[in-house]
Amino acid sequence: MEQLLNILQGIRSDVDFEKEESLIDGNVLDSFDIVTIVGGMEDAFGIEISASDIIPENFNTVKAMMELVEKYTNAQ
Amino acid sequence: MHNNVLNYLNEIVKVKPDKLAYSDGTNNLTFQETYDAATSIGTYLVKNGITKKPVVIYMNKSPMEIAAFFGTVYAGCYYVPIDEEMPAERIRLILDNVKSPVIICDEENKARAEELRSGEQEVLLYDEISKSGRDEAILEKIAAATIDTDPIYIVFTSGSTGIPKGVVACHRSVIDYIEQLSEVLGFNENTVFGNQSPLYFDACLKEVYPTIKFGATDYLIPKKLFSFPVKLMEYLNEYKINTICWVASALSIVSAFKTFREIVPEYLHTVAFGSEVFPIKQFNSWRATLPEAVFYNLYGPTECTGMSCYYKVDREFNETDVIPIGRPFDNTEILLLDDDGHLVNVGEEGEICIRGTAVTLGYYNDKERTDAVFVQNPLNPFYPELIYKTGDIGKLNERGELIYVSRKDYQVKHMGHRIELGEIEANVNTFPNVKLSACIYDKENSNIILYYVGDISEADLENELKNKVPRYMLPRKAFKLDEMPFTGNGKLDRVTLKKMYLGEVSK
Repeated sequence: MEQLLNILQGIRSDVDFEKEESLIDGNVLDSFDIVTIVGGMEDAFGIEISASDIIPENFNTVKAMMELVEKYTNAQ
Repeated sequence: MHNNVLNYLNEIVKVKPDKLAYSDGTNNLTFQETYDAATSIGTYLVKNGITKKPVVIYMNKSPMEIAAFFGTVYAGCYYVPIDEEMPAERIRLILDNVKSPVIICDEENKARAEELRSGEQEVLLYDEISKSGRDEAILEKIAAATIDTDPIYIVFTSGSTGIPKGVVACHRSVIDYIEQLSEVLGFNENTVFGNQSPLYFDACLKEVYPTIKFGATDYLIPKKLFSFPVKLMEYLNEYKINTICWVASALSIVSAFKTFREIVPEYLHTVAFGSEVFPIKQFNSWRATLPEAVFYNLYGPTECTGMSCYYKVDREFNETDVIPIGRPFDNTEILLLDDDGHLVNVGEEGEICIRGTAVTLGYYNDKERTDAVFVQNPLNPFYPELIYKTGDIGKLNERGELIYVSRKDYQVKHMGHRIELGEIEANVNTFPNVKLSACIYDKENSNIILYYVGDISEADLENELKNKVPRYMLPRKAFKLDEMPFTGNGKLDRVTLKKMYLGEVSK
């Protein structure tokens, strides 16, 4: 979790990721943020996220993002 | 003679009143509804003494915003779109420049409009003025007094000094552009557009006006979908979108996420891209996915209404190739000029200068910056004739196609060598583990600096590049970034990169 938070803070230091509950629905993150976050997750955790998992529900909160990462790391 | 862009709407509403014209998936306007709202707004403005004035439109991207544009033009005024996402400071600079008597806004932006308006400016609510009724006699009188060199909009583009520049375009330029573009791209009444561009850029003209010319349909795709490529493709399929004109980076996001493994656009037959270089790797992924579709590279500055050149993809490209920008639209001429205002020889590089009806009227309320780039054609000393100097460097390739080489400002002389930074970037971009790259030049220390986004370490990249470019072209230092900065309209933001390098902003 900490590793993920570090990635996110590196991308958008202006956002309080731990508190934010609607990163997507609240228009906090834009498309370049998402591209960068996905790239950051893939690098840091050695996974390749399928396009079908790049959906708003998986990026609204840090918790959802962490679950997404775990889905891939657990499968390895 | 066709001298008013509204003739498109006046004609189509008689033929296809009930067809859907504009939709964002939630709000829908038929041609009749668009016409009713626009003529009502036009009538309201004229009755309140507002004609031949700039009118600021401060609305969320929606079909109603487009109706407000047309309404402004019905009043003989010209629209100035402001975006909900623009920072307050930028909006103030724009309001100061145009001094519009009114701001038309929606409920969502009313409070902000009230806050930002200057003392004498009146804030009008779209919902009220779009239903206040049409007075045909008033509108006919305005139309009869309109000539085709009257302006219809001002769109603001960023200025290197930090003060945005308002490009003013007239009926005639827009009609010329829309007619030429439609013919080349083959738009017709069956065209279903999927618009990506914000409505405050000239890029949206490509969909907004052909829609009323042909009675086509224009879906304004919610911005959020451009983060979620599978959803985006589902949207294209749901609404049977067959034509898109997107910035290359929007297309790149879709292919880079390997979206096509999950879903493929089923109806898409025309794909135009432009405003920036499309990485060949991503371009080829699109082409392989849609082998039957026709692809166009478009090129042109806001100052010449929209797009000035096109290239219809007719061959394979490999990763070291450059996709040409092709040839100018009919009724537009490209002059490649050297610094002394002479035509360059075939194959030599020159500044892309544009001549034609599509050259806009200049920058609003800004004579100095207008005169710097809208200049007398140096090849014609005999009568007044303005051309627009783009600041872009181009050349003709061996096939006679126009190639965009780089910005005039990014050509550098380094250790006695003439270097195009674009050449270094193009090489770096061929690395399979590099997503994007951009070079800047540190003149003071004679250093080429490379920024990139990708899965490769700085050291490895520097080593690999040694195999690609001459020694004198190697960057002094490569910096890996988590994300590349982009300007508001989605182009690489080299100004910010330079500031990063100079330590003025953090990474």
